[in-house]
Amino acid sequence: MAVSTEIQAPRSGRIAPEYKRHGRSKGNFEMFAWLFMRLSGVVLVVLIFGHLFVNLMVGEGVHAIDFGFVGGKWADPFWQVWDLAMLWLAMLHGTNGVRTIINDYAEKDGTRMTLKTVLYLASAVVIVLGTLVIFTFDPCPAGAAADLLPSFCRA
Amino acid sequence: MTAQNTEPVEPASKVELAPGIGGGGEIPSYDVTLRVRRYNPEVSDEGHWDEFKLTMYGTDRVLDALHKAKWEHDGSLSFRRSCAHGVCGSDAMRINGRNRLACKTLLKDLDTSKPITVEAIKGLPVEKDLIVDMEPFFQSYREIMPFLISSGHEPTRERLQSAEDRERFDDTTKCILCAACTSSCPVFWTDGQYFGPAAIVNAHRFIFDSRDDAGDMRLEILNDKEGVWRCRTTFNCTEACPRGIQVTKAIAEVKQAVLNRKI
Ligand code: HEM
Ligand code: SF4
Ligand code: FES
Repeated sequence: MAVSTEIQAPRSGRIAPEYKRHGRSKGNFEMFAWLFMRLSGVVLVVLIFGHLFVNLMVGEGVHAIDFGFVGGKWADPFWQVWDLAMLWLAMLHGTNGVRTIINDYAEKDGTRMTLKTVLYLASAVVIVLGTLVIFTFDPCPAGAAADLLPSFCRA
Repeated sequence: MTAQNTEPVEPASKVELAPGIGGGGEIPSYDVTLRVRRYNPEVSDEGHWDEFKLTMYGTDRVLDALHKAKWEHDGSLSFRRSCAHGVCGSDAMRINGRNRLACKTLLKDLDTSKPITVEAIKGLPVEKDLIVDMEPFFQSYREIMPFLISSGHEPTRERLQSAEDRERFDDTTKCILCAACTSSCPVFWTDGQYFGPAAIVNAHRFIFDSRDDAGDMRLEILNDKEGVWRCRTTFNCTEACPRGIQVTKAIAEVKQAVLNRKI
């Protein structure tokens, strides 16, 4: 049996195909994604800890939280903007973070595509629903049955 | 100019040796078990572990144990080494789960009461036993153009550089291309697409060299989706580097340089 004893010279350009990079990526997407994680992280520290402080510590603290408390906050444009910023930044930050994790752990392009599609759909649903709720929330909708409404609506 | 030459004359020997000891004193010996990950594609697609029981000395390194195993027990054991003194970068391997140079790892620094495990570095195709295919690693290295590129006229004498300018990239000149860093990186393990720490270290070497004019080109190459932005700052590379290069710091500096150029 003829066994080939030929050893290819280094720099022969012979590279295991799974290691070949196909072309170069264009644009600065990954750079901006990296930057966004850091900037949104800084803003989220303020937003999240401000949120936790106001909800859990100020006044009666956690015991004050009920339907009326949330309704009250969303009647105030300040908290509407605060919560909207928190929602969008946390969602985009979290989504990008999970995108990175998928890229890091999925070994096949097909797996990557599938997982990322599910991720983007889920994020889109949460962002759209959350935004709608923040802006259209009405604690006392007109024409609702009286026994379903909180007590302050009758005032 | 006043004479500054006040250094004392060096003594013939810096170490005072008692008479009769010519440097060959009794070196303690002990038994170690070397567990080596074996792989031979001509015999089986599966790797397996082999154990070698060896009597070694206090001054021996893992490389000496590998030599002893190969020379006295099993000549088919395959590994790369050349200089045996931490210069050539041939013998990076996973020793007790950490990427180390076998020639720079003293047995006495390991726990010799337990078997010492030795495997090929991860993330590159194993060819035989401890030998991996380094070609993908060197391909990324070549892509960042690891050579001086200058525009303008060829100078008629040496390209001078101030000590401060040289200091800027001193750390990254120390790389010996052993691949300990790249093969310790979990991002590289995933699919081998990431350029990897070693390529970025060697790009850093030229990007921050005041004599080089192709820094922008290298930054552009590393602003790829498989470039610096894949780094997750896990510090595995810094921990693995046998030359003590601050690899993660060098990567961060390249990231910063890409940002500064774009924004
Ligand atoms: C409290 C303020 C926060 C700060 C300062 C912060 C900061 C960061 C930074 C800098 C990264 C990038 C890490 C890297 O590139 O290696 C990151 C990643 C990530 N963040 Fe945040 N973040 C915060 C809140 C959040 C929140 C609220 C979520 C969830 C919605 C989240 C989810 C993630 C995920 C999933 C990753 C990816 C993990 C990784 O890359 O290892 N973070 N965070
Ligand atoms: S940076 Fe250090 S670990 Fe990486 S290839 Fe160079 S010498 Fe080896
Ligand atoms: S054999 Fe040269 S670095 Fe270890």
